[in-house]
Amino acid sequence: MARGAGALTRAGVGVALVLAALTLGTLAVVGLRAESAGFGPADVAALRFTVAQAAVSAALSVGLAVPVARALARRRFPGRRLVIGLMGVPFLLPVLVAVLGLLAVFGRGGILNAALAELGWPPVSIYGFSGVVLAHVFLNLPFAVRMILSGWQDIPAERFRLAAALGLGPVQVFRHLEWPMLREVLPGAGMVVFLICLTSFAVALTLGGGPGATTLELAIYQALLFDFDLGRAATLAAVQFGLCAVTVAVLSRLVVPSGFGAGLDRVPVRWDTRGAGLRLWDMMVIATAALFLLVPLVLVVRAGVPGLAGLPASVWSAAARSVAVALAATALAVPAALLLALAIHRGRGARWLEAAGMLPLAASSLVLGTGLFLVIHPVVAPERVALPVTALVNAAMALPFALRLILPPLRGIEAAYGRLADALGLAGWARLRWLVLPRLRPVLGLAAGVVAALSMGDLGAIALFAGQDRATLPMAVQQLMGAYRMDQAAAAALLLVLLSFGLFWLFDRGAARADI
Amino acid sequence: MRTSAFALGFSAVATMAAAETPVLTVMTYDSFATEWGPGPSVEKAFEADCGCDLRFVTAGDGAALLARVKLEGARSEADVVLGLDTSLTAEAAATGLFAPHGVSVRTDLPVEFADPLFLPFDWGWFAFVHDRNKLATPPDSFEALAASDVKIVIQDPRSSTPGLGLLLWVKAAYGDRAGAIWEALADNIVTVTPGWSEAYGLFLQGEADMVLSYTTSPAYHLIAENDPTKAAAVFREGNYLQVEVAGKLAASDQPELADRFLAFMMTEGFQGLIATTNWMYPAVTPAGGLPEGFATLAMPAKTLLMAPEEARAARGPALDEWRAALAR
Repeated sequence: MARGAGALTRAGVGVALVLAALTLGTLAVVGLRAESAGFGPADVAALRFTVAQAAVSAALSVGLAVPVARALARRRFPGRRLVIGLMGVPFLLPVLVAVLGLLAVFGRGGILNAALAELGWPPVSIYGFSGVVLAHVFLNLPFAVRMILSGWQDIPAERFRLAAALGLGPVQVFRHLEWPMLREVLPGAGMVVFLICLTSFAVALTLGGGPGATTLELAIYQALLFDFDLGRAATLAAVQFGLCAVTVAVLSRLVVPSGFGAGLDRVPVRWDTRGAGLRLWDMMVIATAALFLLVPLVLVVRAGVPGLAGLPASVWSAAARSVAVALAATALAVPAALLLALAIHRGRGARWLEAAGMLPLAASSLVLGTGLFLVIHPVVAPERVALPVTALVNAAMALPFALRLILPPLRGIEAAYGRLADALGLAGWARLRWLVLPRLRPVLGLAAGVVAALSMGDLGAIALFAGQDRATLPMAVQQLMGAYRMDQAAAAALLLVLLSFGLFWLFDRGAARADI
Repeated sequence: MRTSAFALGFSAVATMAAAETPVLTVMTYDSFATEWGPGPSVEKAFEADCGCDLRFVTAGDGAALLARVKLEGARSEADVVLGLDTSLTAEAAATGLFAPHGVSVRTDLPVEFADPLFLPFDWGWFAFVHDRNKLATPPDSFEALAASDVKIVIQDPRSSTPGLGLLLWVKAAYGDRAGAIWEALADNIVTVTPGWSEAYGLFLQGEADMVLSYTTSPAYHLIAENDPTKAAAVFREGNYLQVEVAGKLAASDQPELADRFLAFMMTEGFQGLIATTNWMYPAVTPAGGLPEGFATLAMPAKTLLMAPEEARAARGPALDEWRAALAR
């Protein structure tokens, strides 16, 4: 093997070690400060609720994403790219903004209940288990759609051509082409959504309706902030990691490679889906999904616009800080995810490396923040390093998403061209430069967009670090709300949405090729 | 040569540091230090004659503040901690990190309050706030509330100080019957939010008829927004008091400055800012009285408040009661 390849693999292993230090290391730091470990009956109830809501949320998000992704994959219509782009926004929304948007539609004072009242029907309540699941589906459906859609796009156009030549109908195309792809893509997508919902905090607490909807992350918050019981927090965080490990282990056995091989990167032409009935069905699916995902967004925009002009200067500087942090996090996370993906693909210790890449999803951001604080506080005043630490934590927390996006196409590229590249002696940097990067470019752009947007929403519990004059935009939203200024908070939230989506769009479009 | 240059540079830096103005670090909750809170004006007023640099370090809310104090321990850079309330002071005192303030000032609190470690800077009654136009006759007790179909949003006692205040309020008013009251209230509660701002946001968005906040909340709408429609309900069993306090850390490297700040805190220069920036009652009513508009606020006839030690002891069992009643 060429020397470059060794260096690349070592760098990938390094990324895995940094992630392990940030997640398991901080947990150990918190655990070491603990005087005792505890896990009470209330924690068992929290564990049960956490798993139940995450499982239902993941199943629904992925289950509903399949028809949406299929409809988007086989239809071409004006504005399709825009629809795909806009439908991605909820995933990138700060949770609080998303919740307010959902409430404007489904809440007691929302437009749905207003419409039901017009018809003389009883109101529906969003609060409780169903509300938590609804919010999780709203937030995660877009990500599931994007993952599954790229699975569809990775089925070579030649396969559909062959299917058409053989006269296969939609059912047979599903059986021979689409189902094998789904077997490969769905477990990964479901796992990511499950893990996101597992560590959910604000959604469960705001929409849960009461202490029956306590998640593990909330129990950790309580242990850390109110009881200052570091032992219980560490125990709960360890349980969260354990759950994650079991999930990853179980689902990695469910993934079945589709083995399509490579095509010639042609745009697929679908002969099997030309029936008027199917066309109508697809359009209905797309319209319903767009309605579900976009109406809350429209209401967020409507609530924010009036206050936009009157935003104080401090909000704009907070916005600038957030953009800088997001760009730094992107510059860290995307190369790191690529290196990790390359190392995973090399095969040696792949399972461990892949698990390391998923660790941040299972990490409690509160425990991570507290652990880092305990390490940094004796050395330097935490608020002085608030922004670099925020960038690092955001990069780590968003890396799993980038990795999930990069890994499947990388495997596809290597499966298709690996042998040829080996035969040509193309390895290390050269292989990366000539084979991998050009083909990965669109997905790297997508990954960068996702990381930047997620980072805008502040993923870590970084409030411990931020001082008075180093607030990020999400913190500014909270501060405005805390000062009764709900209109300005709505405007700042809109600014956050615009910037998140703007960054996402720039990266995603910047890297995409015009012909796909 | 290099060594001496280094030494020279080092001593120069050291002299510069010594010549610098002393820094007083005040740790407080987020909303105190933002540009909409009292923080900036307090900083300006204190710096005007202390010959020092006042800096704020912030942590989420009162509860997060105590966790931060414990986390930093004796190594903390902070000299003063400002913003704990009396449901947390017993816990704070038990850390042994606080030093006596030695200030004795007459305060205008509705209850007797004397604590060697903690000095009150403002106070307010917890109350359910509603919109007069939408709810003309609000319930006047927890029992009336439970019997009505009025919907409320409350905060989680495990993550917010108003939530904890409500927990102690019900406990102080009903004792052994608190669990039953919570069970009766369960169908009135729309949802339980992590903190004050989420709950208040939901209320303003029309998600509930009433929200747990303060009797002073309507003053914000009246004074800042010229909106007289918001009102707070007075309860027959009494409204629970929140007293916000500040204390000096024993490990402070600026003990004199810290003392000076605590003394300043009780004067007009600080107290006069509280009403319209923190939207609470100042601990010492300014000579010119409270801003107009505060006179229109509801005044509870009866004040409930548990002593700090009592509140500390009541929290765990009351929390279990609350959870059991609402977890169905």
